[in-house]
Amino acid sequence: MTTVSMTVNGKAVTAEVEDRTLLVDFIREHLRLTGTHVGCDTSQCGACVVHVDGKAMKSCTMLAAQADGAAVTTIEGVANGDLHPMQKAFNDNHGLQCGFCTPGMVMSGIDMVNRYKAEGKTLDEAAIRHELEGNICRCTGYHNIVKSISQAAGEM
Amino acid sequence: MSEGIGAPVKRKEDKRFLTGKGKYTDDIRMENQAYAAFVRSPHAHARVKAIHKATAEGMPGVEAVLDGHQLTGDGIGNIICGWAITSKDGSPMNMGAWSALATEYVRYVGDAVAVVIADSKEEAQEAALAVEVDYEELPVAAHIDAALAGDAPQIHENAPGNVVYDWEIGERDATEAALASAAHVTEMDITNNRLSPNPMETRAAIATFDEAEDHYTLYTTSQNPHVARLVLSAFYAVAPEHKLRVIAPDVGGGFGSKIYIYPEEIACLWASMKTKRSVKWTGDRTEAFLTDAHGRDHVTRARMGFDGDGKIVGFQISTKANFGAYMSLFSSAVPTYLYATLLSGTYNIPNIYCEVLGVYTNTVPVDAYRGAGRPEASYVVERMVETAAREMGRDPADLRNINFVREFPHQTPVIMNYDSGDFEGNMRQAMEAADWAGFAARKAEAAGRGKLRGIGMSCYIEACGIAPSQAVGSLGAGVGLWESAEVRVNPVGTIEVLTGSHSHGQGHETTFAQVVAERFGVPLDSIQIVHGDTDKVQFGMGTYGSRSGPVGLSAIVKACDKVEVKVRQIAAHLLECEADDLVIEDSQVKLPGTNKALGWHEVGLAAYTAHNLPADMEPGLKEGAFYDPENFTFPMGCFIAEVEVDPDTGKTEIVKFVASDDFGVIINPLIVEGQVHGGIAQGVGQAMLEEVVYDATGQQLSASYMDYAMPRADDLPSFVVAHHNTRCTTNPLGIKGCGEAGAIGSPPAIINAITDAIGNNDLSMPATPSKVWGLMQSAKIAAE
Amino acid sequence: MENTNYHKAASAADAASLLSGAEDGQLIAGGQTLLPTMKARLAAPSDLVDISGVADMRGVTVSGSSVTIGAMTTHAEVAGDASLRAACPAICDLAGKIGDPAVRHRGTIGGSVANNDPAADYPAAMLALGATIKTNAREIAADDFFTGMFDTALDEGEIILSVSFEAPAKGAYAKFPNPASRYAMCGVFVAQGAGGVRVAVTGAGNDGVFRASDMEAALGSNFAPDALDGTSVSADDMLSDLHGDGAYRANLVKVMAKRAVAAIA
Repeated sequence: MTTVSMTVNGKAVTAEVEDRTLLVDFIREHLRLTGTHVGCDTSQCGACVVHVDGKAMKSCTMLAAQADGAAVTTIEGVANGDLHPMQKAFNDNHGLQCGFCTPGMVMSGIDMVNRYKAEGKTLDEAAIRHELEGNICRCTGYHNIVKSISQAAGEM
Repeated sequence: MSEGIGAPVKRKEDKRFLTGKGKYTDDIRMENQAYAAFVRSPHAHARVKAIHKATAEGMPGVEAVLDGHQLTGDGIGNIICGWAITSKDGSPMNMGAWSALATEYVRYVGDAVAVVIADSKEEAQEAALAVEVDYEELPVAAHIDAALAGDAPQIHENAPGNVVYDWEIGERDATEAALASAAHVTEMDITNNRLSPNPMETRAAIATFDEAEDHYTLYTTSQNPHVARLVLSAFYAVAPEHKLRVIAPDVGGGFGSKIYIYPEEIACLWASMKTKRSVKWTGDRTEAFLTDAHGRDHVTRARMGFDGDGKIVGFQISTKANFGAYMSLFSSAVPTYLYATLLSGTYNIPNIYCEVLGVYTNTVPVDAYRGAGRPEASYVVERMVETAAREMGRDPADLRNINFVREFPHQTPVIMNYDSGDFEGNMRQAMEAADWAGFAARKAEAAGRGKLRGIGMSCYIEACGIAPSQAVGSLGAGVGLWESAEVRVNPVGTIEVLTGSHSHGQGHETTFAQVVAERFGVPLDSIQIVHGDTDKVQFGMGTYGSRSGPVGLSAIVKACDKVEVKVRQIAAHLLECEADDLVIEDSQVKLPGTNKALGWHEVGLAAYTAHNLPADMEPGLKEGAFYDPENFTFPMGCFIAEVEVDPDTGKTEIVKFVASDDFGVIINPLIVEGQVHGGIAQGVGQAMLEEVVYDATGQQLSASYMDYAMPRADDLPSFVVAHHNTRCTTNPLGIKGCGEAGAIGSPPAIINAITDAIGNNDLSMPATPSKVWGLMQSAKIAAE
Repeated sequence: MENTNYHKAASAADAASLLSGAEDGQLIAGGQTLLPTMKARLAAPSDLVDISGVADMRGVTVSGSSVTIGAMTTHAEVAGDASLRAACPAICDLAGKIGDPAVRHRGTIGGSVANNDPAADYPAAMLALGATIKTNAREIAADDFFTGMFDTALDEGEIILSVSFEAPAKGAYAKFPNPASRYAMCGVFVAQGAGGVRVAVTGAGNDGVFRASDMEAALGSNFAPDALDGTSVSADDMLSDLHGDGAYRANLVKVMAKRAVAAIA
């Protein structure tokens, strides 16, 4: 067992977990923040994406112990008030259907917009599609996800 | 902005999903919950000689290790197939027994032989690995040809030669005669590749047995919780129907794969009774590949004959369909009544004959996957017509156009009766949006860049709104395919709509509310759609076959009709006027030309206070209805794909994709277009990326996203989606349904485009880079 | 996955001592390959020694044309390093094509090089750039380091500290991703430097990353895509699987090599 302490959505948490505990299991099972999902076993689908110290990471491919001391943001923590511009854009553009991949899409979307803004690069359709390589959606055909991220990029 | 029919209303359900507050089965945790892990066969075909459980039983946290003998000993019944198909010779289909936990034989890799129940998921998984099973390996038939070979192993005792059925439809002799007299006959071998549905949420279940009440509750990832309850009680005898509540909470996609009641749900319910604990199972992605019902997997030989004018005179089709190791719930209907009945396509074809051989193999069961039979039919018809046009040197659009059905109703030779459509109108719309006329210039420009550009079309038609109960009953269906609804107007005027349809991405909470809001002139926010719980909704047949709009909404309309009658009677009584003279709009019931009006909420209140109701009227304002469709609905459309192939690598890029659909009346264009986008993406997946691959020993080589190519954002373009709608004549709203069209119409359009680009018709799906490149090399060698 | 004992190493020396004290210890860096492998129960180390937080094993140093990249530098950091891009843009481009953005935020160059996955991108760069892999025990030339699929010259307990190389005058990486996994189905790194032309191929060979010597010779005399027309790699030496046979991969090697050369010739 190992003791992990981190900040999750601005709140300090400490827990005793098995060493093998994945960050996603810590978030879902220990903190009961069930918005972060697991859709595969091979780090491909991105349903589990969270931000660790401000960067998108796959919480299914990281031990909770590796996030010790980090600031973690999950889908439950992105909005400051009602909805984050990325969340709103997904609603405006019908960027989600079953909703299962959506938290990962929103977290990856925010991350890519932040990075492109920081680097002063334009996030056009081709760039968004390329940046979404690690997020799989089975419902939307990505068309409206791309539109959503594009809208949010203009508003964030 | 209007919130009613036709308005692009943003979805009401989005907020919970966008904020991480969706409630999927795996998000639910019960008190004193235990976890299930399954012991699965590593062999595709073997006899189970012994199961050694002692080591696992002694491991930490283990509550029980349960096997198939215990399961059948407790009277749990075999898994059924709900549609009886009769072979050509009049014999019934050969259905082999399928126990939720195998007893004597395992028949595919992943077949469950035991289940471990333990305190934690990890303890359950580790104990499952410690269960030792002695297998006697048997010869394997992993593919259709292997299963039909003379020396094939017998997979089920009662299915000689591994044949499930040998079925036919249409007129054999007349079709052969028409082909014999045809001016041109096109012949093709066509494979429809095997797919894994892959909803992003894997299947999961939590079963709870309440000993004091002798009652079970099952939370599960289902598209049809009532059907699950019916089958679990009537056939698997897990619990009687009134002692079993099935809840399908938020469900993360289905695409058909969550229609069926799988061994895991049965085992969890039974294990909760055995252990007196809530039992939870959440499949991982590997289990999803190994155990979720696959789709498609047809091998077809087809011949289509044309007269000298290019009119189709006859169409003969022989199909072999892979069923996998067991017959899943709707499996028997997919390659028969959901496939062969659409082989007339959008065309006038006077003579059609189709025969279908259903075949057992040592693979995962195969059942309905988005489109279910209709993509297979559409692919055969549209590949044949396209190839025929090329062989005859005719323009593919013109050849289609001279054969289109133009008068309705149109009775095809294969059961279906098309009610409406303007097939040429959709084709013209798509061609214009795709700039069909400008293609030659684009092809030349691409050639200058070293790319091979191609264009391809498909004019699909499908049958949805499944289905008229009497008709499907006469064809062997074990259930009626109506839908039910209940509309409850509360004393304050808010409305709850209970529906037997189930939303797992389709947006019913919005679209269904739009219809009711328009009907009663009340705000969208005053309406709540309730679904997915057998304790709340009386009954329902669930969501599949693009039926929620045409069938589910029709039931709601019928219930609204009854509510309206009562509203008018109450209001007429209070306003002292004739019920028929009243108008319901703007949250009011009013008499035009007067100042007589009641607020909608006042009528509701009057119904419940019952202080002043018409004589003999019961209090309350709640009506239910069952709607049984009078016909299938027939969405159709024209899809055009334009591609560029890189001859050096064989990689295909879709540079443009245009869809023109006829969905009848559209409730919410935002949602309808989303359904089209998603369907096209799955069709692109089938055409270019996805394939379940088994080796000869029955091992699945493609059982993870490392090897099964899911469509990703950069595999796809943005789509051009247009509509040219004609009203459906057989349901009250005029809806045709839109859920499957994209997946049905797109594969032939893409393959027609790629074969156009490379000048070789011999391409099978998926058109992977290596396959396209290989085909071009062999053509090169042949040419030298 | 099976349970394990997690240790956070403060330094490379600390990691070495933690490893030596473990029954079946395993270093973990970004864990982007190791954790999925453990989840599939294809690996079950008794102890995981996490070196990702060792500060002096992380970062990029460029001095003239000499480049040193700390083993724990993430793919995103390599892709985004401005000084490195100025010296050797090809390796930045390569790093930006590994996995996806989330994977690039955690995966490290040291982890990738040490794992030597036959479809990983970095081994091709190391080989083509003639890099030196510096460990806590010695320096190993890339030509001697990659010894076969998932196999390297690293000894038990040996830890990669950094990789270094002289930036070539010209370099480019062309990758054809596997349609499913997006790993390299074929990736070719071409470098033209003081020591001549080096061509390294990943993803395609049936024994991991390799140098295409015929191509190097052809490009040595004429650094142009057409120079590769007469060259070939043997289909028999290529991987063959459900995504493509040896002949297809052999073709990809040539096509990707030409594209890499075309980008810089």
